[in-house]
Amino acid sequence: MEWAVFVVFAIGALGGAGGVVMARKPVHAAMALVLTLFSVAVFFVMQGAHFLAAVQVIVYAGAIVVLFLFVIMLLGIDQEDILDEPLPAQRPLAMAVGVALFAGLVVLGRILEPTGATADRGSATQGEVSNVERVARSLFTDFLWPFEITSALLVIAVVGAVVLARRVGPSTQSDQLEVGADPGSDEGPAALLEHEA
Amino acid sequence: MKVPGAYYLAVAAAMFCIGAIGLLVRRNALIMFMCVELMLNAVNLTFVTFARMLDDIGGQVFVFFTLVVAAAEVVVGLALIVSIFRRRQGATADDVSLLRG
Repeated sequence: MEWAVFVVFAIGALGGAGGVVMARKPVHAAMALVLTLFSVAVFFVMQGAHFLAAVQVIVYAGAIVVLFLFVIMLLGIDQEDILDEPLPAQRPLAMAVGVALFAGLVVLGRILEPTGATADRGSATQGEVSNVERVARSLFTDFLWPFEITSALLVIAVVGAVVLARRVGPSTQSDQLEVGADPGSDEGPAALLEHEA
Repeated sequence: MKVPGAYYLAVAAAMFCIGAIGLLVRRNALIMFMCVELMLNAVNLTFVTFARMLDDIGGQVFVFFTLVVAAAEVVVGLALIVSIFRRRQGATADDVSLLRG
């Protein structure tokens, strides 16, 4: 039974990955990405990482793919990709690099052996405690300081996104100087709405 | 009957390599970004598999941090892509080969 689930979702994960690479339209690639992400979430459940499976579905399939779709729809860039390649050797070379990478990973996995040293952070599967409690215990004791730093990272990312996506910024000032536009005429969302109306 | 961890590792390695090939082959910046997400997910799967094989919760906690970093990366990266696409209509990475705007 578990083997059947594994095979089905392994095909789903790899098929979705191939779909991302081969899809002509970005929307189709995003849908294939959802398939892969969901298959990985199923793998997480099968290995006892229930908390991460939930987070995977909520954050990845929920938030990140929706963000991708927002960008695709908002920018209207859903045209098909240009298929002619300016560098003729790029595709075979990329394939060779990918296959070499896979072979290298397999060889590494064959050579290297896990040491089997006992973990001092707590077991992942043994005992009565649920998976969520294990992750929480480790996160708020051993990894408390990194956890606090991730909050700073998220705030920095939000500020960076706002600065980058704002229409009036360092990136557009050169435009305004070139066309000699009035710098006060294009400020703020209200002026933007008037301009587009 | 439990599936051995090596099979999960093989699937993760294949996913990672497909993502790498896509990153090298595709020229649409958005799809290149999705390939990066694919590679990140393959690494997450590897972490969870090793957490089970070595019976250490640290691998799962690390995946949590990877998820946070991936979310921050997607937010900043998509903002960059939006600001690039706003300036020029092209959707390919070759359009931004110059260092100046």
